[in-house]
Amino acid sequence: MAGTTQSVANGKPPVHTAELKRQAVREQWALLSLSVPAIVIIFLVIIIPVGWLFYLSFIGSEGQASLEHYRKMIEYKSYARAFITTFKVSFLTTLICIVIGYPLAYFLAQLPARWVGLFMLAVLLPFWTSLLVRTYAWLVLLQRKGLLNEFAMDIGLWEKPLKLVHNLTGTLIGMAHIMLPFLVLPLYNAMKKIDRDLMQAASNLGATPAKAFWQVYFPLSLPGMVAGALIVFVLSLGFYVTPAVLGGGRVIMVATQITAILENQFNWGAASALGVVLLVATVLVLVLAAKLFKLDTALFGKG
Amino acid sequence: MKSINTLFQRKTAKLMLSAGASLLVSGVVSAAPVTVVSWGGTYGAAQDAALFDDASKNSGIEIIRESGASMSKTCLQVQSGSVTWDLVVTGSGGSASAAADGCLEKIDYSVVDVSDFYPNTYTDYCVGSDVFATVMAWNTEKYGEPGSEGAPKTWADFWDVEKFPGTRAYRANNVDGALEPALMADGVPADQVYEVLSTAEGMKRAINKIRELKPHIAVFWDSGAMQAQLMKDGEVDMSTGWNGRFDNAKKDGATVGYSFDQALLDYDCFAMPKGAPNKEVAMKFLAEVSKPEYQANLPFHITYGPTNKKAYEITTAPKELIESLPSHPNNVPKMLPVNLDWYSENRSKALELYMELLSE
Repeated sequence: MAGTTQSVANGKPPVHTAELKRQAVREQWALLSLSVPAIVIIFLVIIIPVGWLFYLSFIGSEGQASLEHYRKMIEYKSYARAFITTFKVSFLTTLICIVIGYPLAYFLAQLPARWVGLFMLAVLLPFWTSLLVRTYAWLVLLQRKGLLNEFAMDIGLWEKPLKLVHNLTGTLIGMAHIMLPFLVLPLYNAMKKIDRDLMQAASNLGATPAKAFWQVYFPLSLPGMVAGALIVFVLSLGFYVTPAVLGGGRVIMVATQITAILENQFNWGAASALGVVLLVATVLVLVLAAKLFKLDTALFGKG
Repeated sequence: MKSINTLFQRKTAKLMLSAGASLLVSGVVSAAPVTVVSWGGTYGAAQDAALFDDASKNSGIEIIRESGASMSKTCLQVQSGSVTWDLVVTGSGGSASAAADGCLEKIDYSVVDVSDFYPNTYTDYCVGSDVFATVMAWNTEKYGEPGSEGAPKTWADFWDVEKFPGTRAYRANNVDGALEPALMADGVPADQVYEVLSTAEGMKRAINKIRELKPHIAVFWDSGAMQAQLMKDGEVDMSTGWNGRFDNAKKDGATVGYSFDQALLDYDCFAMPKGAPNKEVAMKFLAEVSKPEYQANLPFHITYGPTNKKAYEITTAPKELIESLPSHPNNVPKMLPVNLDWYSENRSKALELYMELLSE
């Protein structure tokens, strides 16, 4: 009150500092309350189930707290191998997607606007087809008496059928096909935002086209590529259908192992423990990648 | 957990009461339908045609048919206290594990009559529905018709890639029926297989024998549909699998044959989840489908044998078909009956070792 009277006495409009502050706080709370539904949903569908998963993984077969599921993962080599296979398949899938996806996105970004729609459709159309249908289509194409082998042997490309499926090769072909759009879309977006004048400026300053590409264009497209590669990598880690169908029982990933445990042993604790380790390993790998490649921007949105 | 359960049950009871009241008011008196869950594909269709449709009609018990039967889903329902299934089809081994985990209701044998059943085709928790065999099947174009000169005959032949060059398929992600053939191929007589498998060295011996064949195993199958598809597409030359699936593949034009020599004799059965919503009526329905007159029709739809001996007496199926069934007296002596006691004791250990081998 004292402050107010003084302001009036000074001939300036009164400043209600306390009231303003109160209003600011109220406004902040009001804005925050708008996000309450989202927070509640995240809490219900993510925090509680993941917490439940952690809890179950530490419950032994007699209902007591125990580390038996984690101990088993060390005792039998199949678990460590499943993790190695999972990370190997995910890494190779990401690599293949980059090798195929980067030139594709570059091509799309250079096209005149009226052609982009048509070529984009070629990327998106498979995206809208059922995952299972696409996976089985690869099986029909790649198997011993499949279309590809029969055709190649008819025209004399190779004599004996090649082993293209029911192994790692088939799994990678199928995975790369399914994951490609996840890389191309963010990458294309990033490339579209690159100012073309920069390339002209570079060549004005004496850079060859190759040099201009590597020193100007490529670094600018990198955040898009990293974002796409991370989506592909993380999605691949939990993939089940494609390795199960095209791997022929030889590519045993963590998801396969979880299914085997649930179907045959009804052991929720052991399956949860696998889920927990995969989650922790994924977070570790992402943090490590962020540190190594300075990906903070792409990963955590920091400027 | 428990309090949630009772709360849930109280709520359901209230719901059922009010539903019952409204039924009384509207003057309709009929029992709630029984939910019967089986597998998809040719198997479920065969059961519908031979067992479920007629049994439902004759007994007046209304049923709801669902697919996707699995003991792990059954246990999940039981453990979360929301059981919606009344009768679930399962393999004999699966039912033994589920019963050990407390997921199943005891069968009331004062209601279900198994006096004419073959021995070892029912347990306290599961009533046999059909008898099948895990056999080795092969491409007849490549290795000849079953029984002909030079055709494969024993598990040793399955392992012999010099005499029978070509690719093989074997079981994935599940150890049921995977270790026994390996031991027989290694020279263990059928009647000593489980004895040997009960020791740590015996189990290792079986695993090592499969490791020996592994370079020639092109595909590991994880379903009956896949066994049939692999043989039909010519993706592999020899595979293990369930006899009925290969017969149906042959009907579809595949050049595939198999023999019962050294095959594993096993059965599928009906189990009831603990706390099944419609327990009493479901037990009556189970008694109905177990009658010989329904089982007698099953061979017309899939070549799995009846568990009820009487079905053989009254079936109108042709002689040739009857003699091709796994539970036919001519075929049973050639086979090794699956030992459920061994599975309930050693299954988890065996599965870990088998998964370890597959992941190599």
